Amino acid sequence: MTEPQRVRVTGPPRRRPAVRRVDVGEDTRLGEVYLGSLMRAQLSIAVRTLAVLFLGVGSLPLLFWLAPGLVHTAPFGVPLPWLLLGVLVYPFLFLLGRWYLRGAERNEASYADLLSTDPSGSDDETP
Amino acid sequence: MTFDSAPAIVAVTLVTLATLTIGTWGLRFSRTTSDFYVASRSVRPGLNASAIGGEYLSAASFLGVAGLVFTSGAEMLWYPIGWTAGYLVLLTLVAAPLRRSGAYTLPDFAEERLASRGVRRLCSLLVVTIGWLYLLPQLQGAGLTLELVAGAPRWVGPVLVGTVVLVSVFSGGMRSITFVQAFQYWLKLTALLVPVGVLVAVWGSDGAPRATDLSQTWSMPMGTDGSAGLYATYSLIAATFLGTMGLPHVGVRFYTNPDGRAARRTTLVVLALLGVFYLLPPILGLLGRVYAATPTSADTLVLELPRLMVPGWAGDALTGLVCAGAFAAFLSTSSGLAIAVSGVLSQDVVVPLLRRRGSRFGGVAAFRIASLVAVLVPVAGALLTPSVGVARGVALAFALAAATFCPLLLLGIWWRRLTAYGAAAGLVTGLVTTGTAVVFTISGSRTDTWADVALSQPALWAVPLSFAVMIVVSLATAAHVPAHTTRLLVRLHTPEPTVEPAGPVVALQQR
Repeated sequence: MTEPQRVRVTGPPRRRPAVRRVDVGEDTRLGEVYLGSLMRAQLSIAVRTLAVLFLGVGSLPLLFWLAPGLVHTAPFGVPLPWLLLGVLVYPFLFLLGRWYLRGAERNEASYADLLSTDPSGSDDETP
Repeated sequence: MTFDSAPAIVAVTLVTLATLTIGTWGLRFSRTTSDFYVASRSVRPGLNASAIGGEYLSAASFLGVAGLVFTSGAEMLWYPIGWTAGYLVLLTLVAAPLRRSGAYTLPDFAEERLASRGVRRLCSLLVVTIGWLYLLPQLQGAGLTLELVAGAPRWVGPVLVGTVVLVSVFSGGMRSITFVQAFQYWLKLTALLVPVGVLVAVWGSDGAPRATDLSQTWSMPMGTDGSAGLYATYSLIAATFLGTMGLPHVGVRFYTNPDGRAARRTTLVVLALLGVFYLLPPILGLLGRVYAATPTSADTLVLELPRLMVPGWAGDALTGLVCAGAFAAFLSTSSGLAIAVSGVLSQDVVVPLLRRRGSRFGGVAAFRIASLVAVLVPVAGALLTPSVGVARGVALAFALAAATFCPLLLLGIWWRRLTAYGAAAGLVTGLVTTGTAVVFTISGSRTDTWADVALSQPALWAVPLSFAVMIVVSLATAAHVPAHTTRLLVRLHTPEPTVEPAGPVVALQQR
């Protein structure tokens, strides 16, 4: 479906702002409902990600404060604080970020689906 | 300790030449004002992430972390963790919407969101303040480094860094800086990775004490002085986790992404790049302990360790390499900050001034004039004020950013009822509280009371206070919610067309 359209694009490179296909419903009640659902979904996954961050990383000072004996444990010959705070925390942060990224992109995809199936949104397409 | 300065001088010269060469090479790509400000928003995630990493890993990361871990132990691991986790917070709450706002700078975002010139000016003032506060320790660190490794007088470092930064900013703006900084990330990583590899091998082969033999208090991850230590740790966490999003050179980088989705992906790559880098400095701090190093100051441990552990030419070569990395750190962060501060100064000070005088200078010329001011002021400051230590100096800039731009960005992106009055009140609160703390810390009057602890690590109380003021004043001025709020928020949160490609648009972007 997109193949024949690509032929048109042969001109010199132009800088142009991305054309937004979902300007539909701005300032309307429908738009507000759609936006509300997208914002809630995005905020929800962000808050869940940050909750994992604070439980997983933010709790560590308190943990070691409450149980100073943990400092003496040394799995694999590395004292626990160094293992957790110097090494393991970084893959943890990356994996958490990747988990968030997938969730956020999934939310946006389903939002785009919602708009493209809506009759009032389908005619506001890119040129 | 006397140093043979040859390797350091060679290294610093090479880094300077490479930076200037890549910067001038980038000039060929920089044609428009948009190139100067935001590289015309067309930098791909891989390159952009390297550039962000290169710009972000400052002297505080390269020299400061190892030194702090060496002197104070595991407690200081929270600095690199916070600097990385700050990007995760940025990714989840800010990255894509900030890019989609389509503004050039944080003041642009504030004005667009709140339709207020006053809030815009306040944000400009904050960007310049935070930028200069962050530049100061970089330049002072450069002075210290060159004094130590090359025997140069203290003023040489700030002046040299200032000059190189100015030349690269003058010649190529954001576009060429992107290439320079991507190069500098990989240089910095190499300049720590190789020495760490060699030094760990030396450690493994010569029977020095193991890590487990070290004193236990040194391994305590939240300080040793009871609840004050715990408070300081959590306050540092608050400042770094929440302050990253408000740093001027971090914000401006997001506008160089093609779209919101790319902004997110870039941020994720940054998380990986930072994570790999930050594995290294604590190892050097640990080795410093094992070999009982006695560095001139905490910030110079990384520079002195190779010669302490490896004699002869190999030690010289490693010293040269870490000098190159350190100098790259000074240059890249200073360039990023200079660009961000110049952008704001040129838009909000230089261009209006020139217009008022009827001058016909526009975009690029105004940007160059602004960059002169943006670099000269902190260089003068670095020569005139005493050093507070590079990592601690940077931490204050983070606290200021966390107490001002963090509430503005989070509420501006996620809360429809924010008003210009609320934003202004919150920004002023954050500026006054953390500003007091900064002045207090730089003045160096320490008393060891709770008040002292609370002022040297202000984020944990100052950030919630700013949020509260911003929310309460916004609710009290609810009639002034900008009329375009819903329309703007739709734009901030709506995916661009590339999420579900429509033929012609995609083809144009790929050209």
